[in-house]
Amino acid sequence: MFIQVKNLSKVFKKNLAVDKINFHIEKNKTVGLLGPNGCGKTTSIGMMLGLIKPSDGEIIINNKNLDSLKRDDILARINFCSPYIELPKKLTVKQNLEVYGRLYGVKDLNKRIIEISEDLDIKSFFNRKTGELSSGQKNRVSLAKSLINKPEILFLDEPTASLDPDIGDFVRSYIQEYRSKNQVTILLASHNMNEVERLCDSIIMMKKGKIIDRGTCEEIIKKHGRNNLEETFLKLARGKDELQ
Amino acid sequence: MNFSKIYALGLRHIYLISNSLPRIIDLIYWPTVQIFLWGFISKFFTLSSDYYSNTVGIILTAAILYDFLFRVSISFNMMFLEEIWSRNFTNLFIAPIRISEIITSLTLTAILRALIGLVPAAILAIPLFGVSVFKLGLPLLFLLLPLYLFGVTLGLLVTSGLLRFGPSFENIAWASLFFLAPLGCIYYPIEILPNSLQIVAKGLPLVHIFEEMRNILLNNTVNYFDIIKSISISIVYFILGVIIFYSSYLGAKQRGTLINMGE
Repeated sequence: MFIQVKNLSKVFKKNLAVDKINFHIEKNKTVGLLGPNGCGKTTSIGMMLGLIKPSDGEIIINNKNLDSLKRDDILARINFCSPYIELPKKLTVKQNLEVYGRLYGVKDLNKRIIEISEDLDIKSFFNRKTGELSSGQKNRVSLAKSLINKPEILFLDEPTASLDPDIGDFVRSYIQEYRSKNQVTILLASHNMNEVERLCDSIIMMKKGKIIDRGTCEEIIKKHGRNNLEETFLKLARGKDELQ
Repeated sequence: MNFSKIYALGLRHIYLISNSLPRIIDLIYWPTVQIFLWGFISKFFTLSSDYYSNTVGIILTAAILYDFLFRVSISFNMMFLEEIWSRNFTNLFIAPIRISEIITSLTLTAILRALIGLVPAAILAIPLFGVSVFKLGLPLLFLLLPLYLFGVTLGLLVTSGLLRFGPSFENIAWASLFFLAPLGCIYYPIEILPNSLQIVAKGLPLVHIFEEMRNILLNNTVNYFDIIKSISISIVYFILGVIIFYSSYLGAKQRGTLINMGE
């Protein structure tokens, strides 16, 4: 397995944000991390990105403990995309990609920038400042930054939030296409259940810091006797905790 | 240390400056205003009192050196604040760049920002007031080195506060240097301070730097012992600043504030 999370917990002061969660993700699989707001998804991703120190537990990536690995070695193989974080607004799209490409030590950077910008159709606003772009354009630039280093592990936090259906579909199609052409393991946090059904091989449901269910979308929908993932999500989010 | 990554982070700030003419003007504007203000004040003192004879050079040189310290420190803070304002914090801290490389990059870029503002002002002082800071010669570099180190140290302390307390610490960033200025004995000798404050002031490198600057200009001699003392004190503070920065970073990881820091 590529990512293994063992008994991972995080306590902020007296608030238990993540409570002894365990899961694993096989190489080149896409796993959805679902749950209501405040359930611990972002904190869990933060710990896997090395931004938050766990209170307890282990994160093992490719059979190596995250703590034992050199920070920059592991981060060079990971990337993250979220509409809630932004790239420097006063830099042009090209300058941002150049800066991050250099930070990630990307070889043949110019070629990579052209490649990714053609794939994501961002070349037409290459020389515009990132802060002047529409949310759809910013989102694609953010995705380009997250793929600049051809990450082995990609964390996506609501990658299509606030996008119109057309751009949202473009991004989802691109992620599907990218995944089919590249070796990448994806952890996707999303509130868009159609997106999760379309992109994820399996899902993990969280509530109040705990994992309350897991499996493929079909398995979970069937198990809870609902017609689709949205209804299942509502049942799990509103209902009593269903610990496995 | 990976110099390519240090350069990459520096490039981010070079692009930021070069993309905006108002930003360049802003960098040059304030040091120039300082030079004008202190130049005219010094000229008035020279004309109005015997005590102040020949002080234009001393006060103006002090103003330029103090502004160098101020610009280095503010530049360091500004570059860190830029990451917070642009909500780029998470992207930066998940990039494979070490904390030591971030500090090195900010330190090197800070001097570039400071010089963009200060060199035109220092050159302007020559024809306007007949004062050239460059007349200090080689010792100028020995005075600038501890000022640079101390400016970066103040920057490190303020950014540590930003990591610890979040963007609300921003106001302290602006106030930090004004707090130390009275104790730095920039424009007056240390004897002016009350005895108790003299003891505190001697623990700062600023007193030794500005006392030595006055010594060079008035007596045409260089006291290398004082220069070494100021550099040594600055190095001690710098090491302390780095330790505090690291502990603030580890504390921020513990509290989870790195992931959503922004305006």
